[in-house]
Amino acid sequence: MDGETDGLVVGSEDSGPDRRRRVHGMLKLYYGLNEEGQVLDQQESLDPCYINGPHFDPELYLNKLRRECSLAELMDQETCMVKQIRSLDSDMQTLVYENYNKFISATDTIRKMKNDFKKMEDEMDRLSANMATITDFSARISGTLQDQHTQITKLSGVHTLLRKLQFLFELPARLNKCLELQAYAQAVNSHRRARCVLQQYSHLPSFKGIQDDCHAIMDKLAQELRQKFRDGGSSAKDLSECVELLLQLDEPAEELCDKFLSHARSRLESDLQGLEAEIRPYPSAPMKDASATRSSSTAAAGSPTENAPKMSTLLSPTSNTDILEFIDRGCNEFVSSLCLVITSYQELFITHAQTGELATKNIPQMANGKLHAFVDDLAARYFSLVDRRIQEEKGVSDNSLLVRALDRFHRRLQAVAKLLPGSDVPNKGTEIVMRAATERVKQYLSALQSFYMDSLTDVRQALATPRLSMTGVSVAGGGALLGGAVCGRDAPNSLPELLSSLSASILNQIKSVLASVHLFTAKDITFSNKPYFKGEFCSRGVRESLVVSFIKFVCQSSRQFCESAGDKGGSTPPALLLLLSRLCLDYETSTISYILTLTDEQFLVQHHSPVTPVTTLCAEAREAAQKLLNHYVKVQGLIISQMLRKSVETRDWVNTIEPRNVRAVMKRVVEDTTSIDVQVGLLYEEGVRKAHSSDSSKRTFSVYSSSRQQARYAASYTPSAPMDTSLLSNIHKLFSERIDIFSSVEFNKVSVMTGIIKISLKTFLECVRLRTFGRYGLQQIQVDCHYLQMYLWRFVSDENLVHFLLDEIVGSSAHRCLDPAPMEQSVIEVICERG
Amino acid sequence: MEDDAPVIYGLEFQARALTAQTAETDTIRFLVGTQSLKFDNQIHIIDFDDENNIINKNVLLHQAGEIWHIGASPADKAVLTTCYNKTSDSRVVSCAAVWRMPTDWETGSHESPDDSAHNPQALELLCQLEDSTHGNTACVLWEPMGDGKRVISLADNHALLWDLQESSTQAKVSSTASLEGKGQLKFTSGKWSPHHNCSQLATANDTAIRGWDLRTMSQIYCIENAHGLLVRDLDFNPNRQYYLASCGDDCKVKFWDIRSVQEPVKTLEEHSHWVWSVRYNHSHDQLVLTASSDSRLILSNMVSISSEPFGHLMDDDELSEGEESHQDNKSKEPLKDSVVSTYEEHEDSVYAAEWSSADPWLFASLSYDGRLVINRVPRVLKYRILL
Repeated sequence: MDGETDGLVVGSEDSGPDRRRRVHGMLKLYYGLNEEGQVLDQQESLDPCYINGPHFDPELYLNKLRRECSLAELMDQETCMVKQIRSLDSDMQTLVYENYNKFISATDTIRKMKNDFKKMEDEMDRLSANMATITDFSARISGTLQDQHTQITKLSGVHTLLRKLQFLFELPARLNKCLELQAYAQAVNSHRRARCVLQQYSHLPSFKGIQDDCHAIMDKLAQELRQKFRDGGSSAKDLSECVELLLQLDEPAEELCDKFLSHARSRLESDLQGLEAEIRPYPSAPMKDASATRSSSTAAAGSPTENAPKMSTLLSPTSNTDILEFIDRGCNEFVSSLCLVITSYQELFITHAQTGELATKNIPQMANGKLHAFVDDLAARYFSLVDRRIQEEKGVSDNSLLVRALDRFHRRLQAVAKLLPGSDVPNKGTEIVMRAATERVKQYLSALQSFYMDSLTDVRQALATPRLSMTGVSVAGGGALLGGAVCGRDAPNSLPELLSSLSASILNQIKSVLASVHLFTAKDITFSNKPYFKGEFCSRGVRESLVVSFIKFVCQSSRQFCESAGDKGGSTPPALLLLLSRLCLDYETSTISYILTLTDEQFLVQHHSPVTPVTTLCAEAREAAQKLLNHYVKVQGLIISQMLRKSVETRDWVNTIEPRNVRAVMKRVVEDTTSIDVQVGLLYEEGVRKAHSSDSSKRTFSVYSSSRQQARYAASYTPSAPMDTSLLSNIHKLFSERIDIFSSVEFNKVSVMTGIIKISLKTFLECVRLRTFGRYGLQQIQVDCHYLQMYLWRFVSDENLVHFLLDEIVGSSAHRCLDPAPMEQSVIEVICERG
Repeated sequence: MEDDAPVIYGLEFQARALTAQTAETDTIRFLVGTQSLKFDNQIHIIDFDDENNIINKNVLLHQAGEIWHIGASPADKAVLTTCYNKTSDSRVVSCAAVWRMPTDWETGSHESPDDSAHNPQALELLCQLEDSTHGNTACVLWEPMGDGKRVISLADNHALLWDLQESSTQAKVSSTASLEGKGQLKFTSGKWSPHHNCSQLATANDTAIRGWDLRTMSQIYCIENAHGLLVRDLDFNPNRQYYLASCGDDCKVKFWDIRSVQEPVKTLEEHSHWVWSVRYNHSHDQLVLTASSDSRLILSNMVSISSEPFGHLMDDDELSEGEESHQDNKSKEPLKDSVVSTYEEHEDSVYAAEWSSADPWLFASLSYDGRLVINRVPRVLKYRILL
């Protein structure tokens, strides 16, 4: 080590690449780097001109420099190299010096350690010798103490046994004392500790005695606990302690549950009875007691709430409390105490039992089952009461009260739901709410229906008592020709007003009903987000069974007017028929879709089930309108027909005098037709009619104007023979088209009037055909028909229709005439104009 | 043979009276009475040749007056009654008489069909159904299925039961019944019930229908306001003794159970004007024919109130046409009440419609302008009923 160091120092004094390489190689050797370095620098080191490489050849390098470089460069190179050599020298010196110091200090340390270890070895030897002696001594001591130790252990065992025995012997006394002090928990605890022992040694008479004593005392204790439990007056905490102790005393849990529940039941039932008392007297309470009721109810209100159940049974009429109060009371008394019972029960028998060793005995399940049965039973009774109360809620005046009551009812049941997750109480509650809601919808429907019928009665009355002032106006408007002779049977001018007021009041009623029903689905109502109220209630309940049913009812009742009146001869005033027909038509055109859109908007109905489409209802309304209008035409037509029929049937047409006037009945017919025209015009549009000929009223018509008849009778005695079917019918179709007498009319005035006039004239025709006429009879008919023609053409859509029917009448009467000598047309005209 | 095409026959006079020749069951024959004030009235005897779809007609003169009602004897095919109007001294009187057709009308017509119309033979008057106290006979009813010896005439407010004696040459009133009440009551029509041993009669006056017991000539039931307006015609169901059909000016046809007359059993409202005639088919009482002044004839199939509500019941009588394949008919679904068909061949009011007495599937209707139309029950329906 020293030699090497010296060599380095010596070498450092040399200069030039030789020395450097050697140093380099030696360092490498020393640090074991040469292998790796060689591999890495293979490329460079092979170059003999590379100054740091192992194969560096100074000669070659020098030659190379000399050859390649100028003098200045050589000079530079030389200075640079000298500088490098110098710095390398100094580096090496520092390095060597540092290493040398380290070696020296390391040698010193090792030398010192050698000395120390030697000392330590000596001490360890001594220590082991000492330890050996100590073991020796200790063995000897334990050998001498052995006997005493066993004795002491035995003695201490005896002592504890004696302590235990003393505890046992003192146990009855202690228990007694506990009993006196009512420290039940301590007593039970003590007894529990001793119980096993006593049980084990019970074959020994003395222990037996103790055990018996303990049993007696514990029985007493249990008795007292039970008594306390039964009394129930104690606080919930006491009660729970009581139950806990009893459970520890192996009291059967089932029995305890039953007792607990029956105890709770009695309290809840008193609540229920209080509620029931509010309902029961209701039906029997006569209305005249209302005032007495009010006074006594204020008295009851002042009394303390605890007395309320008793009070209410005494003051039976006070039960007219509104439903909100009733539900409030039910919630506050029954539901809240039910919740209390559930909570304490669960705490006692379920939560508690789950932690203790009792859980093994399946008590929680059993207790839970009992609780469910109990709650279901009581809730069912409560629900039946609520149901009854809700059913009494017949008046539809204030729906918000009911909704609020139901809301409260439903909300409070949520508490029960939270306490008893598996229970179907809330479902049943929801069912009640749903039932109440549907019931309410039904009530609203019937209210709407009765409202509608009442409105109709009002309209009827309004029609029956016409405002006379109005009739004058109508006469001036429609019957100017007739010089104010139009009678004001139906107060025509008030018809549109009646219609609009009827229509508006029905619509208002529907809207208010919808608003009331809408309360059921208000956002702040707890049950409104139940799927029933979101879906079915809106679509099936409100839309279908309320709105659609009502519209159907309107149509239905309208149709009934047609049917009932048909047989009994018009018990319904014709004006009402007309009005209803217009109402139904309005419904068809706008009102129905308006109402339904309103409903759908208000209730945001999402129709899951198929609903009645608007078109169906509209079709129904249109059908009803059509039927009513047809019936109106029929009734009015029959009234006029009846006049005509009587006038034809009661006269002796063979022996009548020469006509001088139009018969009064014809004037009456025209008057009535005019007033009907006015009436219809008030509600229905004019309608289209065919163009009139230039002077329709002046049209002349001959006795034998019906061309086909004329043709046939002219060739009077030709042999009859079977004719070719198609030819015959075609010929006839050329001359006339079939007239449907009681056919459907269109919704306009002209069509209605045409219908009425058709019916009347057809009747006239048929009656004429049943009579036989003399010469003047025929002439009278001519006059009458001309008169009718003068006035009736203006009412109908196609005046040719009137002409055709009147022609038929005159033609038929000519055929039925014994002496057909028609009157001069000019004379007829004179007579008619004079009349 | 084209089956369902109607056959039309035109009379030159207006006509209201039509009847099937009741006693004739071999050939299809109808009698029509004309109404003319100026010319001699006629009775047209119309034979229908079913095979060839041809009508043969014979004309007999009825010089007494215009005919309002006609009735054929159920026993003697040559005997008939008419109600007619006689005008004398500017007075119109309604009379009724029993007539006999001349024996050789049939042969005569066949020899010279062309001039028979020009020289028609006249009816032979057997007797007048006349009573000095009662005038204005509205109709005469033969005893159904009787021996042609008893008729009832309805005159004003009296119902007279006549016994025809000495081959119908003498008529005697055997009993009468009269309608009491305020106002001028008048029978408009009537029907002799074929049930209860022919001891019942139904009459119509104004809006009421009344039933009479002919043994005591007393009223047995009354349907007040049977129709809203005048009752025009009645008919008894030939197979169900308590069922009665009526029609009237309220355009309705009503079916009654005379045991409970508060409400009609059924109401039809198919016509658009007065219904003048209603007739049950003699064999298949679900088929009902109604004629109306809306110029239409309607054939309805009233299965629900017929004697065959579940389809065809075995009845050999009407199978004389040779339809024998009726054994397996039990599984047929029952037909519903419906209008079978509406016949629109008429141009004027149809006042009368009658079923043929020989062929249950054939009927005739008569409109005021003198057009007689013979139609058949649609073949489809016929087979459904039969099979």
